[in-house]
Amino acid sequence: MPAPATFAPDTQATTRAVLARRADQPGALLPILHEVQDALGHVPREVVPLIAEALNLSRAEVHGVVTYYHHFRSEVPGRHIVQVCRAEACQAMGAEALFEHAEQRLGCHAHGGHRSTSADGTFTLNPVFCLGLCASSPAVVIDDRLHARVTPERFDQLVGKLEAAA
Amino acid sequence: MSTAAITVYVPRDSAALAVGANEVADTLQAECARRGIALNLVRNGSRGLFWLETLVEVATPAGRIAYGPVLAEDVAALLDAGLLNGAPHALCHGPTEQIPYLAKQERLTFARMGVTDPLSLTDYQALEGFAGLRAAIALAPEAIVQQVLDSGLRGRGGAAFPTGIKWKTVAAAQAGPRRAAPSGPAPLGGVGAEGASGGEFQKYVVCNADEGDSGTYSDRMTMEGDPFMLIEGMTIAALAVGATRGYVYIRSEYPDAVATMNEAIVRANAAGLLGADILGSGRSFHLEVRKAAGAYVCGEETAMLESLEGKRGIVRAKPPLPAIEGLFGQPTVINNVISFASVPLILARGAAFYRDYGVGRSRGTLPIQLAGNIKHGGLVEKAFGVSLRELLYDFGGGSASGRPIKAVQVGGPLGAYVPESQWDLPLDYEAYAAVGAVVGHGGIVVHDDTADMAKLARYAMEFCAIESCGKCTPCRIGSTRGVEVIDRIVAPPQPSKRGPQHNRPQQVQLLRDLCDTMLNGSLCAMGGMTPYPVLSALNHYPQDFGLATPDREAA
Repeated sequence: MPAPATFAPDTQATTRAVLARRADQPGALLPILHEVQDALGHVPREVVPLIAEALNLSRAEVHGVVTYYHHFRSEVPGRHIVQVCRAEACQAMGAEALFEHAEQRLGCHAHGGHRSTSADGTFTLNPVFCLGLCASSPAVVIDDRLHARVTPERFDQLVGKLEAAA
Repeated sequence: MSTAAITVYVPRDSAALAVGANEVADTLQAECARRGIALNLVRNGSRGLFWLETLVEVATPAGRIAYGPVLAEDVAALLDAGLLNGAPHALCHGPTEQIPYLAKQERLTFARMGVTDPLSLTDYQALEGFAGLRAAIALAPEAIVQQVLDSGLRGRGGAAFPTGIKWKTVAAAQAGPRRAAPSGPAPLGGVGAEGASGGEFQKYVVCNADEGDSGTYSDRMTMEGDPFMLIEGMTIAALAVGATRGYVYIRSEYPDAVATMNEAIVRANAAGLLGADILGSGRSFHLEVRKAAGAYVCGEETAMLESLEGKRGIVRAKPPLPAIEGLFGQPTVINNVISFASVPLILARGAAFYRDYGVGRSRGTLPIQLAGNIKHGGLVEKAFGVSLRELLYDFGGGSASGRPIKAVQVGGPLGAYVPESQWDLPLDYEAYAAVGAVVGHGGIVVHDDTADMAKLARYAMEFCAIESCGKCTPCRIGSTRGVEVIDRIVAPPQPSKRGPQHNRPQQVQLLRDLCDTMLNGSLCAMGGMTPYPVLSALNHYPQDFGLATPDREAA
């Protein structure tokens, strides 16, 4: 269990602000979770009771939604989020080898298709199933920037730029 | 240099951005400024010729001239060579419209794609935009439905259900007091919902833009490259069925599409083309974008409704049909992006115009998406009836790797692998169904001869295991067992007292039984169609499973 000390005041304030804006919308939970994650980088476990109360749901229901969708994460991600497409059109152009290369290069080992974060917290590697760049595969997203036709060499260049900028 | 600004087009489609279109645009502006040239830079959609991205076009007296693929570092040399006058260069392809890949197409739905600035209402209306809506407003709702019925349009999301029949059902359905969906907790924010919609009785129009199939991107291109077309199609649907609220449910993997749609909705509302009083008709339609969250199964319509209601995307049992009890228990039209996008032209030019394209019961055109290991990957809109061989070679130019094409998956991750013996079939819903394949959403993923079909079959099962919503057993459990059985089939013979042996034939039979259970026992297409790629791989490429002789006994 995460320590209550990690419950930063701005986490709570941010969530309350989102709830004030969104809670009255029909089917508000997904838009709320998106806004919370966009603002905080993840959906901290601590905010689940807040959201549940505002929407008159049980904590289990909110937890169920957070954990059902691949996009939402309960843990703090690495400083950089790297998504590598593993779907068929990318596989046809070498995505499997690229994914393995990314695991090695970033020190992230995504067992069974799950996201994983490197030990030093620099990178989170996220397998993704289709980015809609299927005619320019394999495709990768690094911190919200799309890259198409990515070879392992190109991947290293892109990651190298991030490291140099750090 | 002339003083009049020269118009140059640099696409803003995310597939162009992914190969550096923003850098090209920035460099072009900086270089022109440095040279004192007045530049009118337009960020258009993509023409869909993705091997040429970034495709830069220059407006000349002889029409638009295409250059590609352009990198930022090519810009200065291109300007030196006379790019702004449409001068020849190694990267020049001449007039864009005369590039054979484009010239051979029948672009109806995608007529404006890459031609216009996607967010310019002026551009949109200059090329027939809102002509369909204007025609629809003058018609009675039944007459709109009749036009769509007569056009022969079938759902482009994959199921190919006649769009007009769906609309007719919703039009006839009685909206009741908002109530809980058939399963799960009460809808969230019910009180607020009534406040927002102005009443308890509400029909909905929902666009399924959860385009999760690998090898498909026509929905993404539409939302990024011609968003008003989707808005117009949904508004016509709303007029036809009596709905006043709508949602576009877009994948979280498509942030550019989300942003473009949101901006297009703001502009359409401001121009009175959407919102409280559409074109002064007194009719209203309020449209909102909702972002999905990375669950493939939410492309299934009832799982999508659950997600829109703020719940886990778990598939609902049908009946009731969403047309009768859909979003928040209300009658709901649900169509794919391309289905809605096909409607404005049908209303503008008449049902017969659209119906005259196509073959058999597959009427009109399909925006086909060439993807994977293909030299000229891109968007090809053709009337139904085109063959896979034409698409792969006449358009696609063969594999990207230069190796022989081995297998082609048509219709996404739940579509069958189509072997060469079937590449001359006409692309037509019924012709494909007859050989156990599907046209689906028109995605075509090409694999060369290095592909291991047993591995791809295993992946199909693995993907189903990862993405299953978990409601029904054949899908939730069957997919995991499927991975295990395929692993046993391809495993090397096990040593035993009587020497090395394996029980491959028994395991193959087990896999077929499992596929039969999934096909017939699953609640939706996720588990119900995962056997398509698995069985087609097994039947057409038995050697990849270590089976010496073609195994023809089933499927």
